[in-house]
Amino acid sequence: MSTRPAPRRGRREPVATVASVVAAVVFAAPLLFMVVGAFKPGSRVLADSTSWRAFWPEDGSLHNFGQAIDRAQFLLLLRNSLIVSSSVVAGGLVVNSMAGYALARFRFPGRRLLLVAVVALAVVPFQAVAIPLLYLMSGWGWRNTFAALIVPFIANPFYIYLFRSFFLSIPAELEEAARVDGAGPGRVFVSIAVPLARPAFATVGILAFISSWAELLWPALITDRVEVRTLPLGISVFRSVPPIDQGIILAFVVLAALPMFALFFVLQRQFIASVARTGIRG
Amino acid sequence: MTATASRIPSDALDGVQAVQPPRPRRQRSTGIALLFVLPAVILLAVFLLAPFCIAVYLSFTNERLASPLPRVWVGWHNYHAILTDPRFRQALINNVVFAVVVVPLQTALALALAVLVNRRVRGVALLRALFFAPVVMGIAVASTVWYLLFDPEQGMLNGVLKLLSWGHLHSGWLTSTSMALPSVIIMSIWSSVGLQMVILLAALQDVPTDLYEAAALDGATPWQQFRAVTFPGIRNALVFVLTMTTIFAFRLFDQVYIMTSGRPRGHTNTMLLELVQVGYERQQIGRACAIAVVFFVFVVGFAGLQRWIVREDAS
Repeated sequence: MSTRPAPRRGRREPVATVASVVAAVVFAAPLLFMVVGAFKPGSRVLADSTSWRAFWPEDGSLHNFGQAIDRAQFLLLLRNSLIVSSSVVAGGLVVNSMAGYALARFRFPGRRLLLVAVVALAVVPFQAVAIPLLYLMSGWGWRNTFAALIVPFIANPFYIYLFRSFFLSIPAELEEAARVDGAGPGRVFVSIAVPLARPAFATVGILAFISSWAELLWPALITDRVEVRTLPLGISVFRSVPPIDQGIILAFVVLAALPMFALFFVLQRQFIASVARTGIRG
Repeated sequence: MTATASRIPSDALDGVQAVQPPRPRRQRSTGIALLFVLPAVILLAVFLLAPFCIAVYLSFTNERLASPLPRVWVGWHNYHAILTDPRFRQALINNVVFAVVVVPLQTALALALAVLVNRRVRGVALLRALFFAPVVMGIAVASTVWYLLFDPEQGMLNGVLKLLSWGHLHSGWLTSTSMALPSVIIMSIWSSVGLQMVILLAALQDVPTDLYEAAALDGATPWQQFRAVTFPGIRNALVFVLTMTTIFAFRLFDQVYIMTSGRPRGHTNTMLLELVQVGYERQQIGRACAIAVVFFVFVVGFAGLQRWIVREDAS
């Protein structure tokens, strides 16, 4: 996270301190309850939750995690989520960066129209086209396929616009010099423009990964088999499969949250910058 | 001060009008350009533009999923049916109530948290990570945890409530008709306020420090500094956060799909839950498409209306 010093005076601010403590408790309590509960026998999760014991792993063991991996098929769901999200990110980076680059650097008939179309389409929420897509894909035999979970999310008007803005913001001199030296447009793009645009790739990659990883509505519509089920839908399904054991459910959601937390800790700066950037330039 | 602020171009969603750096000379290369845009154009046409047009068309028909019956043009029937259906009307009202409560409340809380973590005190990095953690873990995980916290018999929330009121107060939370939607609101704010906080924090840190120094030299109180320096400086980010939160509010789905499925008696039903219910469970594609169109109109209409109001305020 940013370390830029804030413009604040050094004096004590009791109101801010109290507010910080209250907010910290409100945010930490559910998280602690989740993590501690994941180690407890299922019957104790709720029984303990109205006292300080909610935060104390009495009789704690790793039993729930083993059960979550077996019964909830955690590894299969994780694999599916990784396949879907990494394909969406990889495909999206290629397709959207190319379109954004063309809009920023090339002259071609229909450029203006395409730009207007991209901005207009950015307004259409995916949920508004989910039902007709379900209808179309049922006809194509795409239900319960990875393609159905991946392909609709690759091209994204917002990311195209983001790439275009970024390419416009970097000077074109280097690219022109390379062209004078005889490099073709494809080569200029790959070896000059792409390396310069690394921050834009990081931002789009992270944003696309976060939203793909969390997608619930579309998998709920287009899949009903565990072979292609992703983690969020897996959570929703496993919660209601008897015999219900709160300890195993919590262990399962802790496991499900781990990959994102890992990504967050590895890429903390980039992660925050990407999210913040959506609000500043978008 | 205000004059400077209002000259800053409005934020992201203005798209084309946004300020642009001096234009680099563009290459004339139609062939290669088409090659670059073709994949995106095809994918957007097939998976966004075409389905949207199909949604509008099918919303005027009685199309069903996998039905042998021929498709019949029914005019405005589907729209009339959903807008007079008490279930859908309640879902729509829930969405509006959710938006009207969550948008100002969550934005205000996000700003408060951003101000809290924009200080130079010990442990502030930990606080930032803590407030952002629910965003990282995702709404499906958060919903699962909060469902247990809301448990009417043994949940932590009732435990706290009883402790604070010496055993007098308790609530049915998600099971109570009056508290179900407020419960969803509480949980939603907890799980996504960190996102808005991060955006506003970035904006706060972009406000030039010397403006504060100048204001302090002029003897401005902290509140005066906030109004004269901070607020104009983060105005664009605030407008963006308001718009984004409004759109999220109308997209309300994941939390209610996992925690309530619209229960009790439709008190937490939403437009998107209805969309899935009608289009997927009941396989009434035509009618679900009408819901999708109404949903689209509301998202765009509310976001547009709000931006217009905020803009009027400024002038």
